[in-house]
Amino acid sequence: MTGSATEVVVSIRNLSKAYRRGDQSVPVLEDISFDIRAGEFLALMGPSGSGKSTLLNLLAGIDSADTGSIVIDGTDITKLSQAELADWRALNVGFIFQFYNLIPVLTAFENVELPLLLTNLSRRERREHVETALSLVNLSDRADHRPSQLSGGQQQRVAIARAMITDPAILVADEPTGDLDRQSAEDILTLMDRLVTRFGKTVVMVTHDPRAAEKAFRVLHLEKGLLNHVPA
Amino acid sequence: MFLLKFIFRNAFRHKLRTFLTVVGVAVAILAFGMLRTLVGLWYLGVETSSASRLVTRNAISLIFPLPISYEERIRQVSGVKSVSFGSWFGGIYINEKNFFANFAIDPKSYLDLYPEFVLSPAERLAFLRDRTGAVVGAKTAERFGWKVGDQVVLKGTIYPGQWEFVIRGIYHGARKNTDETQFFFHWDYLNETLKKTVPRQADEVGYYVIGVKNPDRAAEISKAVDALFQNSLAETLTETERAFQMSFVSMTDALMIAIQIVSYVVIVIIMVVAANTMAMTARERIAEYATMKSLGFGGTHIAIIVFGESLLITALGGVLGIGMTFPAAHWVETQLGQFFPVFDISPATIWLDFGAALLVGAVAAIFPTWRGYTIKVADGLRRIG
Repeated sequence: MTGSATEVVVSIRNLSKAYRRGDQSVPVLEDISFDIRAGEFLALMGPSGSGKSTLLNLLAGIDSADTGSIVIDGTDITKLSQAELADWRALNVGFIFQFYNLIPVLTAFENVELPLLLTNLSRRERREHVETALSLVNLSDRADHRPSQLSGGQQQRVAIARAMITDPAILVADEPTGDLDRQSAEDILTLMDRLVTRFGKTVVMVTHDPRAAEKAFRVLHLEKGLLNHVPA
Repeated sequence: MFLLKFIFRNAFRHKLRTFLTVVGVAVAILAFGMLRTLVGLWYLGVETSSASRLVTRNAISLIFPLPISYEERIRQVSGVKSVSFGSWFGGIYINEKNFFANFAIDPKSYLDLYPEFVLSPAERLAFLRDRTGAVVGAKTAERFGWKVGDQVVLKGTIYPGQWEFVIRGIYHGARKNTDETQFFFHWDYLNETLKKTVPRQADEVGYYVIGVKNPDRAAEISKAVDALFQNSLAETLTETERAFQMSFVSMTDALMIAIQIVSYVVIVIIMVVAANTMAMTARERIAEYATMKSLGFGGTHIAIIVFGESLLITALGGVLGIGMTFPAAHWVETQLGQFFPVFDISPATIWLDFGAALLVGAVAAIFPTWRGYTIKVADGLRRIG
């Protein structure tokens, strides 16, 4: 799902989250509010423990907020049950992880195909989609390789192909270049930039790397669970 | 289809671990099957006993004999079709290691009452005609290389002396579970010798076998037979062949119960081992399960993957164990035939084996399946790195 450059695709309001540690409640995010527009490339930065990964998890529907709302493409995901969230994630979110998180016993092709198994697409349609996604990340010739037979950069490209295979509303990336050498990291960032500029994807990326953040259209800084700077 | 493929690939991801678990389950299933068969065989005599045969023995104990004069009186009881008798001889062939059961019997009536011991008409006739003749089960004949016409000497233990016999027939069992290890010879041969050597042991038999016309009247006939000899010097106890066999088996009930318990303990042990393996496997893959959940797969998908892997591994172990049971049973039958004349793995044991293997897989999978099912995506993903 893509939209025009001005359309708000994610709207976060008064979002708070705390973890319990024994009897104590440790706030991680406090009263966060901001919007993300369709086709935007947003970077979340901040020191360790600032809450950026938690914010990303909430945005992706894999963690639940204590208060506040997260409206993505018209759906307030804080109101969804776990089962509804699973279905919602399958169609609306693409994940890119720091350590790729590919399934080791599946080939690159099968890893990319994984999210499509939850759709009603035929085998032939799935094959076509996967082949297109792999060609977009320049890995058509590695389709039958298992993750252990691929370099870190190649694995991350497979992960990106998997993330975009269902054409989700947003792509969330948690330190996508954190485990890569400089060249591979540059390739991945270029690829993500292409997803935004050429295919109109909305990308939210958590990173520590200022060079990675430079690729983003907008950078949000989190400090001790508070949003420091929300440029227009 | 995908889940099946995924289960198969996961099961063989750590080949050594899977191999060891499969072998462990196989050995446990083999042990379980063999022990269950052993217990079953212990009761084989009971299972194969005829409903139309009664056994009369001395009421005090089987070791005390009964007078031969009882035969005619028993025959006159209403409902009795035929009567035969026998005595445990307890002879030894060369040395004690060569054990096999040997009885002095009344040949014609005994063979008529036990049609499960199949002899050719010629061998039967030859046996009936020769007072020193003997018939032997096919397994014992094969064990010692005996052929018809061979002379065999048994050393008496209850009845002292060297007893010479000529093999006149080799019987086969009418059913697969018929005991083919026994040795029968003429009671007359024993009795006539005893009259000369130990006269006080002559004219006595160990037990009577009674063929009844109607098995439904067994209890009534038993009472009538025992009533005949009430208050005599040798009172009798008549019971169905099944009850008679059961009285032997019950002497070793404690041992059989112990063996049964051991067979279950073997399964419990492998259950714990398999559970540990599956728990380790699930712990290693928590991040993968979380990743799959993040892609939209539900807890049920993850549960099927974990549970299926556990079942697959233990089912493979079960099949291997069952496959190993047959050669093992054959080995027992050939090498330990004197103790286990029939060591047949029943279809029920096979199903029990397979059921036990699946039970091991199911129980071993409970905890890891639950973890996979309930793991929160964010918690699972935190484990990476």
